[in-house]
Amino acid sequence: MSGHATYQPTNRAMQWLEKRLPIGGLVYSSFVAYPTPRNLNYWWTFGGILSFMLGVQIVTGIVLAMHYTPHVDYAFKSVETIMRDVNYGWLLRYAHANGAAMFFFAVYVHMFRGIYYGSYKEPREVLWILGVIIYLLMMATGFMGYVLVWGQMSFWAATVITNLFSAIPVVGDSIVTWLWGGYAVGNPTLNRFYSLHYLLPFAIAGVVVLHVWALHVAGQNNPAGIEPKSDKDTVAFTPYATVKDAFFLGCFCILYAWFVFYIPNYLGHPDNYIPANPAVTPSEIVPEWYYLPFYAILRSIPNKLLGVTALFSSIGILAFLPWLDTSKVRSARYRPLFRQFFWLWVIACIGLGWLGSKPPEGIYVILSRVFAFYYFAFFLIVLPLLGVFEKTKPLPNSISESVLGAKA
Amino acid sequence: MTTVSSAEHTRRDFLYIATGAVGAVGAAAALVPLIAQMNPDASTIAAGAPVEIDLAPIADGQIVKVFWRSKPIFIFHRTKHDIQLAEDVDWHTLPDPEPDAERVKKGHEQWLVVIGICTHLGCIPLPHEGNYDGWFCPCHGSQYDSAGRIRQGPAPKNLYLPPYTFLSDSKIRIGEESTKPA
Repeated sequence: MSGHATYQPTNRAMQWLEKRLPIGGLVYSSFVAYPTPRNLNYWWTFGGILSFMLGVQIVTGIVLAMHYTPHVDYAFKSVETIMRDVNYGWLLRYAHANGAAMFFFAVYVHMFRGIYYGSYKEPREVLWILGVIIYLLMMATGFMGYVLVWGQMSFWAATVITNLFSAIPVVGDSIVTWLWGGYAVGNPTLNRFYSLHYLLPFAIAGVVVLHVWALHVAGQNNPAGIEPKSDKDTVAFTPYATVKDAFFLGCFCILYAWFVFYIPNYLGHPDNYIPANPAVTPSEIVPEWYYLPFYAILRSIPNKLLGVTALFSSIGILAFLPWLDTSKVRSARYRPLFRQFFWLWVIACIGLGWLGSKPPEGIYVILSRVFAFYYFAFFLIVLPLLGVFEKTKPLPNSISESVLGAKA
Repeated sequence: MTTVSSAEHTRRDFLYIATGAVGAVGAAAALVPLIAQMNPDASTIAAGAPVEIDLAPIADGQIVKVFWRSKPIFIFHRTKHDIQLAEDVDWHTLPDPEPDAERVKKGHEQWLVVIGICTHLGCIPLPHEGNYDGWFCPCHGSQYDSAGRIRQGPAPKNLYLPPYTFLSDSKIRIGEESTKPA
């Protein structure tokens, strides 16, 4: 978009570099002059927060890897050594473990925001799908990182999750043996998870580059859900978005620090401080909180293959969202019915999360089924039909009008 | 550069396709070691050789857990009552129908040998728990009877039987199925 200054370095050295590698111009046009809709609210700061969290996880992860030993006899001990002996090891590990939780918290807010404001709609379908891929990579990375601790929950989470693949007809068992590198979860499994846990964050970083690229091609969506029409509708990324992002990142870090310094084990399971024991399954196996909704969907179905299929579908269906939602109007602000169904869906997601932490019996099973049904119905029934039947509110003529009223 | 669109296939087309095909075969061949390295290695397979278990110290009604190929194996010394319960049930109506006779070796009905891994998602069921005189899986609530058959819960199959052979009345070898009766 035009109207904002282009990059003209005054420094001789930068001029020299710019002729040979126009990286300054790329940064300038992407993160300084880049026009952002002027009506972005704080829900739009989570993209920046997520980039920050990815950086934190990579930095703390690399230094933790300097002290960690990926062997079944030493893994648990080396983690305890990090906690007790390594200088600031406790801080680094708590920052990494709680960082994962904050990362997932931020990505869920980011995804709910995207759904609420219709950020996945044309022309942002590829942007959205890249986001779903990042989320899948995050889930795989988080799971494998949890296994590295090699406590009881680590071991049995690895067993249960890898066994999901045994539900595949015919080749399931061979796939599971291949994943394990043995006849059960063991040292080869731990070793490969370590290798992949180190690799995948960089894969995530790569897809994030594509995600940001796609974002900068399509431009940001905004709370009004209409495209900017003139320069009046946008402001420069720097200082406006930069400062807003930085301020809210600071607020977010207060929450993060509160977890790290005051309740570092609140989100963890005490059983993971028991070394892995392949002979004894803990009395209850519960995944990390950020997987609980999917775990509840898995358990709500009494058939193994169907349960596993539902689990994977509940994530995969997100990729089809741009085509399942048939409404032309993006923002929930102008979709009164969608807004109600959306909040019901949020309640279903959080409810499933709560149910995932409960034993699979009695009323919990029934509620899981109700919520799981609604989770899928939202995508497969509600969204396709709303586009036809919903009477949407009139859209404002421009972003500046939606901010300033009709006088602008 | 000019592009000649011709309906005729030329020798050059053939060369392109042949080159691409050879490249694809090479890439696929390169994948074989990259994928195969993840399967159990030679030492893991060697450590999975058959193990011999002495049954003499296992008391009536006792369930012991031994390991073969890193998998827990339950050896259940069944009492008359346990056998009775397993045989009396109408097995045709079970989720994974199997008569008790197919779960044990003929002449050794007091010994049930099963892989102690829940067929749902791989947890280890707890012995002497649940409503069916067998096992209860704490993970997702599957229940097995005194023949290791699934009776209730999400598990799709009965507890799997490992290959094993009676070497004598009080000794078995797990990991090998003998063809001739012991």
